[in-house]
Amino acid sequence: MSVASNAPAPVEETPAAEAHGITKRYGGTVALQDAGIVITPGTTHALVGRNGAGKSTLVSILTGLESADSGEVTFNGSPAPGLTDREGWRRRVACVYQKSTIIPNLTVAENLYLNRQPRGGGSAISWRRMRRQASDLLDTWHLTIDVDAYASDLNVEQRQLVEIARALSYETRFIILDEPTAQLDRAAINRLFERIRGLQRQGMTFLFISHHLEEIYEICQRVTVFRDARHILTDDVAAVPTRDLVAAMTGEAAPHTVPARRAGAAASEPVILEVEDLVAVLDAPRANFRLRRGEVVGLAGGNGSGKTQIAEAIVGLRKARSGTISVDGHRTKPGHVSSALRSGVAFVPQDRHTEGYVGGLSIAENVTMTVPKLIGTRGVLSTKRRDALARKLIADLSVKTPGPELPVSSLSGGNQQKVVMGRALASKPKVLVLISPTAGVDVRSKATLLGVVNEMRALGTAVLVVSDELDDLRVCDRVLAIFRGEIVREFEAGWADNELVLAMEGVGTTDDEH
Amino acid sequence: MTNISDTATSDVEVSSSTVVAAGRRLRLARLRDFALVPAVLGVAFVGYLVNPVFLHKGNLILILQTMSEVGIVVLAESLILIAGRMDLSLESTFGLAPGVAAWLVLPNAPALGSHLPSWTGVPITLAVGALVGAINGLLIVRSRLNGFIVTLGMLIVLRGLLTGISKGQTFFNLPHSMLWVGQARWLTVPVSVWLCLALFGAAMFVLGYTRAGRALYAIGGNRNAARAAGINVDRVLWLTLIVASTLAALGGLMLTGRLASVAANQGNGYIFTVFAAAVIGGISLNGGKGTMFGAFTGVLLLYMIQDVLTLGGVNAEWIGALDGGIILLALVLSRITSGQAQD
Repeated sequence: MSVASNAPAPVEETPAAEAHGITKRYGGTVALQDAGIVITPGTTHALVGRNGAGKSTLVSILTGLESADSGEVTFNGSPAPGLTDREGWRRRVACVYQKSTIIPNLTVAENLYLNRQPRGGGSAISWRRMRRQASDLLDTWHLTIDVDAYASDLNVEQRQLVEIARALSYETRFIILDEPTAQLDRAAINRLFERIRGLQRQGMTFLFISHHLEEIYEICQRVTVFRDARHILTDDVAAVPTRDLVAAMTGEAAPHTVPARRAGAAASEPVILEVEDLVAVLDAPRANFRLRRGEVVGLAGGNGSGKTQIAEAIVGLRKARSGTISVDGHRTKPGHVSSALRSGVAFVPQDRHTEGYVGGLSIAENVTMTVPKLIGTRGVLSTKRRDALARKLIADLSVKTPGPELPVSSLSGGNQQKVVMGRALASKPKVLVLISPTAGVDVRSKATLLGVVNEMRALGTAVLVVSDELDDLRVCDRVLAIFRGEIVREFEAGWADNELVLAMEGVGTTDDEH
Repeated sequence: MTNISDTATSDVEVSSSTVVAAGRRLRLARLRDFALVPAVLGVAFVGYLVNPVFLHKGNLILILQTMSEVGIVVLAESLILIAGRMDLSLESTFGLAPGVAAWLVLPNAPALGSHLPSWTGVPITLAVGALVGAINGLLIVRSRLNGFIVTLGMLIVLRGLLTGISKGQTFFNLPHSMLWVGQARWLTVPVSVWLCLALFGAAMFVLGYTRAGRALYAIGGNRNAARAAGINVDRVLWLTLIVASTLAALGGLMLTGRLASVAANQGNGYIFTVFAAAVIGGISLNGGKGTMFGAFTGVLLLYMIQDVLTLGGVNAEWIGALDGGIILLALVLSRITSGQAQD
């Protein structure tokens, strides 16, 4: 294995992985059409494309989970093993999937060596040896994770590290990371990137999939763009400016919609949402803030900052320890979503899969779930009125679907999130709370979702955007930075990126612990 | 809420604190297994206060013997529950397997024109158990039918088969070989008790120290992840169903031996006790959680409470209502002592 540099390696080197002329169909839909990718050893190669571009299909084919209808895959110049040879695939390529493949009730050590636990005499598993091997493995790669911890006690970042460590334990030199940053906060992403750079220096090759283009400029040397099942371009990252990258992904000039923000929202507007002395979780400092009519306010903070808890208290998903929340002068009942809903609060929850939608039900049923009164009389629902309302929301949010009767589970991530947004909008809320609204959503859907914020603002709705994504926060009139449960700083529109990031990291606050 | 930023501190700091945390967690994990032990001791103490006979050797052996038969079914069900499935038909297998054996070997109940030699009674019992498990596996694992409904259907079918072959009567005069396991004693303790304890011991070893046993936890915890780790999920599930049904047949044989008969309703209604004991013992109905030691203490606790009630002179007509009450009470008790939500 050659020593890799950060610069792209010369092309004549045998690719660590190559897919060539890959075509794959599922029934009538073409998932990949004569597509391919060449990955140089020792590089981090980005694969980008909108939802449905064929990225996941390529990952399945590159990891041997599915076979291509035509085309070939090679690793280090030699053809890929047969589909049944799981061991063979595992030695050549490892993948950290978006969905966790960690088993919650087992320890870290056992997750690392599942189904290949080291054995003592006879067929009995030697737990002592397994623990030692596991901690040796983690030490080798400088991962500080307790091997005896149950996986369910780990946070998202640690779980991901366990998956990476497991990939490394197979002595694979090529690792696919499928949206590894989707659930991490900024600090964790930085640590992950540091780790990727370190491994890359040791000769590892990465295929990196992400919706966040700035991450690609940060960590990758090469980039490949897929669109509509086809390969569009492959080039050095440095040679492709963002605008061109977005154009390649969407097939049109970049929809550069940094939504207009209003400097200094009219202070004369009435206060719609008033949060007083709110303590969302035990020992958190009191939070005080207010939103005026038509005002968009950001609540910015990292994963452990407590921003989500505050938001969940406002919408009634969580019962606050103390403090009051008033909407339009009326206090809501703590811990009751229905009370918040009646007062005019609607929200997009943090995890759309668990709280956002019912996958088996249709789009129409999902978007009208919060507003039974609008579509029925005396408890009897009118399917006609329901579908009419759903059609309107589908059009407003440009949800890609043949009709309102489709189950939400059959939509792509971005469109699912639009449905969740539609559910929030259906009740014509006075206050709209969006928790990480663009997590795992592609560029275009993101623009649509954030565009909705501007429309709601024009209608006089107060919007609270809870996120650590700078793009989400750009639409806001003001941003409140939260660190360890405390609102540490307030930014007016026009803030500088690095200052907000530093505030979210707790740098420059009263007692600096870093 | 600040734990994430805490882990970001220097590596040295983290590694020293993880060592401490490791020791603590390991101890906690072991403690979880023994969650019901205080409850067992408490009930023993109450039992002694109610009637000192409770702690006499004869009474303790009686508790162990009456629980051994159901205990083996609890063991079987726990294996399946840990793998994330459930099997309701075990209670019918418990009755049908020895029933079929009796039907085939008894001279006064000629099934096929002429009866089989009496030594075939035990092998037939176990074979019927294995066959039921294999059919369940065929329907659930191979044909991907809903396990709950499949085994519910099997429960009714097998119960009906036993009623059919016995014409609703009880089989008597069983061959000696079929009675041995329920009646013989080693060192004054019934063989069925030894067998039950040995099987629980073996199950603890298999679940804790073999790849096959760990595979059950993996499958119950996250089926797709287990498959990704190279575990043959279908084969493991199928084998588990067969082993469990065979164990249920053995449990039935032990009861048959003790009572020297097979009643047409043998095992009827047992499945509720079995599930209750497993859940009380900390086995999760969602799969992937629980230990054999826990399951053992679960069934032990149930039978001890029942014995205390009997010794306390509770009227037999009220035992039914109390049985259900005990299950609810034991559930609450184990929720309090283990401090874990039962899901």
